[in-house]
Amino acid sequence: MKATCWYGKRDMRVEEVPDPKILNRQDAILKVTSTAICGSDLHLYNGFMPTMEKGDILGHEFMGEVVEVGPDVRNLKVGDRVVTAFPIACGKCFFCQRQDYSLCENTNPNAWMAEKMFGHSPCGIFGYSHLTGGYAGGQAEYARVPFADVGTLKVPEGMPDEQVLFLSDIFPTGYMGAEMCDIEPGDTIAVWGCGPVGQFAIASAYLLGAERVIGIDRFPERLRMAREKAKAETINYEEQNVYETLMEMTGGRGPDKCIDAVGLEAHSHGVGYVYDRAMQAMMGESDRPIALREAIMCCRNGGTVSVIGVYGGLIDKFPMGSLMNRSLTLKTGQCHVQRYMKPLLEHIRNGDIDPSFVITHPMRLEDAAEGYKIFSNKEDECIKIVLKPGH
Amino acid sequence: MATGTKRQAQKTKQGDGGNGQAAPLRSSSGAGEPEMRIAKESGVRGTNGRALVGSKKNGEELARGLGWFSIGLGLAETLAPRGIAKIVGVRGDSSNRLLIRMLGLREIAHGVAILSQNGRSAATVWSRVAGDALDLACLGAAFASPDTGKGRVAFATANVLTVAVLDVVCAQQLGLSNPATAEGSSNRVNKSIVINSSPEELYQFWRDFENLPRFMHHLESVRVEGEGRSHWVATAPAGTTVEWDAEITEDRPNELIAWRSLEGADVYNRGSVRFERAPGGRGTIVHVEIDYNPPGGKLGAAVAKLFGEEPELQVGSDLRRFKQVIETGEVVLSEGTVYGTGATEQRPAQPAANGDGR
Repeated sequence: MKATCWYGKRDMRVEEVPDPKILNRQDAILKVTSTAICGSDLHLYNGFMPTMEKGDILGHEFMGEVVEVGPDVRNLKVGDRVVTAFPIACGKCFFCQRQDYSLCENTNPNAWMAEKMFGHSPCGIFGYSHLTGGYAGGQAEYARVPFADVGTLKVPEGMPDEQVLFLSDIFPTGYMGAEMCDIEPGDTIAVWGCGPVGQFAIASAYLLGAERVIGIDRFPERLRMAREKAKAETINYEEQNVYETLMEMTGGRGPDKCIDAVGLEAHSHGVGYVYDRAMQAMMGESDRPIALREAIMCCRNGGTVSVIGVYGGLIDKFPMGSLMNRSLTLKTGQCHVQRYMKPLLEHIRNGDIDPSFVITHPMRLEDAAEGYKIFSNKEDECIKIVLKPGH
Repeated sequence: MATGTKRQAQKTKQGDGGNGQAAPLRSSSGAGEPEMRIAKESGVRGTNGRALVGSKKNGEELARGLGWFSIGLGLAETLAPRGIAKIVGVRGDSSNRLLIRMLGLREIAHGVAILSQNGRSAATVWSRVAGDALDLACLGAAFASPDTGKGRVAFATANVLTVAVLDVVCAQQLGLSNPATAEGSSNRVNKSIVINSSPEELYQFWRDFENLPRFMHHLESVRVEGEGRSHWVATAPAGTTVEWDAEITEDRPNELIAWRSLEGADVYNRGSVRFERAPGGRGTIVHVEIDYNPPGGKLGAAVAKLFGEEPELQVGSDLRRFKQVIETGEVVLSEGTVYGTGATEQRPAQPAANGDGR
């Protein structure tokens, strides 16, 4: 089958690889009908994540048709159309039973690696380096889904792929980002990052009852999408000082809750960015927490900073004093997708939201390498790419 | 050669070198016994299970303190040799300064060596003792020489002697490694994991040793022969296999199983698995302790570590796989990992041409 394989920094190749086989009794094999490139895939593309091997298949946002099931699969049969959650979860351990699926204790065969880096291992993830288990990803014609009963959602008849594909990752992630804020009526929410996850965080904040949502970015097409599709007010940080603008908009108090939908490859103007690039070069930190620092400093006293942007390593100059002295709450995590898939499907079916609004570049699977490039460089006003195999 | 205040401060900080180690938490089922049995057999420790010359752990702290002291002293000698010369009472001429600088570099090397082993290596601390001897020789020469401040030299000598005593005590404490057995030096591994199951179920599963190769990566097979005896075959580094017969030395249903290899084993080993009910109804904590002589001795173990065969890692991964088998029914596989000779071996995260790569 054809698959998108990693061969080094900024070197993705779509090539012929063997078809997946059933390895565990609860596996299912999907024929992939749609798959997307995630902003976090760019951290792999740009060489930020260690433990990649040449030939690794990437992709953790995918859906398709079941073509084979293992002997212990109960809820799926051949022919079912399903979306797959990006965290691989067993459903039986302490964390899965609490619905903290991205913390599953059983699905990372390389748990020893993650334990060395993080203290304990989170769950396995599709196509996201050997640190999360070395699973083959879904930017391919076929994909193996372990614990298929736990990790898939059946798609109702009549709903096109574009409407449901993002239940695999970015819609639940944005939603969890908003949910972690514990939004109260009257709240003003500020969202750093108007990429696809940020767009869903903005939309979800309104779904959860926010009064006012402000999106922060620098790319005009992303700010425009945030205004027109997600109904946010926007700040372009290249034209305005974010802190001062937020202070003015909130009468000096600051937004009630802040969402970091940017993560480790943050960018800004000014001294902070230069400092963080220098620190990275000198190995003083692995991640750039520019958006995170700003979110903390801007947040009102007693507010919540919700972090759904991906970080991998260590950061420098974290404003712990601001956090502690002002009773801030920091909530974070990889999304427990399985928890949200059904409720969010209902929102889509009710017409509350059509997630396909983020798609700007439908492409063929064969063109994935080009897709990574334009997505990373933000060329051609690219916001979200969906790849279709075999077209 | 030293600044008197530095050595005095060091001496008071370290105290008397410790008086026993923290006992590991034991469940009320008295499962401290296997360790006591080992302690009695080895004969190195006293009858109450405590070490005779302070404790290894305090030795490590003292060693680290001496390591930092070495670095501090070495920096002072390298960067301010004239000042050091004055304090010690010798002339600050160029040849003395060169000597002091050289001694400073040596001192820094001691410190780096000690700290790089995190204070665990007796050999690095013994090297300090050798350095102290050299320092004393230099001070002796200084004493004999006509134009030195005798009082200061004497003071410096007293300080060096004090630290030399500390070094010897520390090196001896560190020399008390894992209980030395008659068969030679051994490695000990301790690992625990919590599993969503009852002690009864886990005990039953483990007690049938033929289940163990299902999750113990390195076991090719186990054959139970009756009367508590079994025959084990395991893979070893470089594609070889090792075999041994073992017997159960203790069997407390739902609590503890202990075993050891018999005469003629390729690899001497003994171990125990203890099942402790986890607090809050959260299942069972399984504690595994394994003592073994790595083929090739300590050097063999070091080489094996280089190739990713760290025993702590293996046992830890085995226990994780045990948890997977119990909680989900089987060992969870990914395309990027293989059942090869190493627990850490990786292949590209794509489907294998001939199935699962096993």
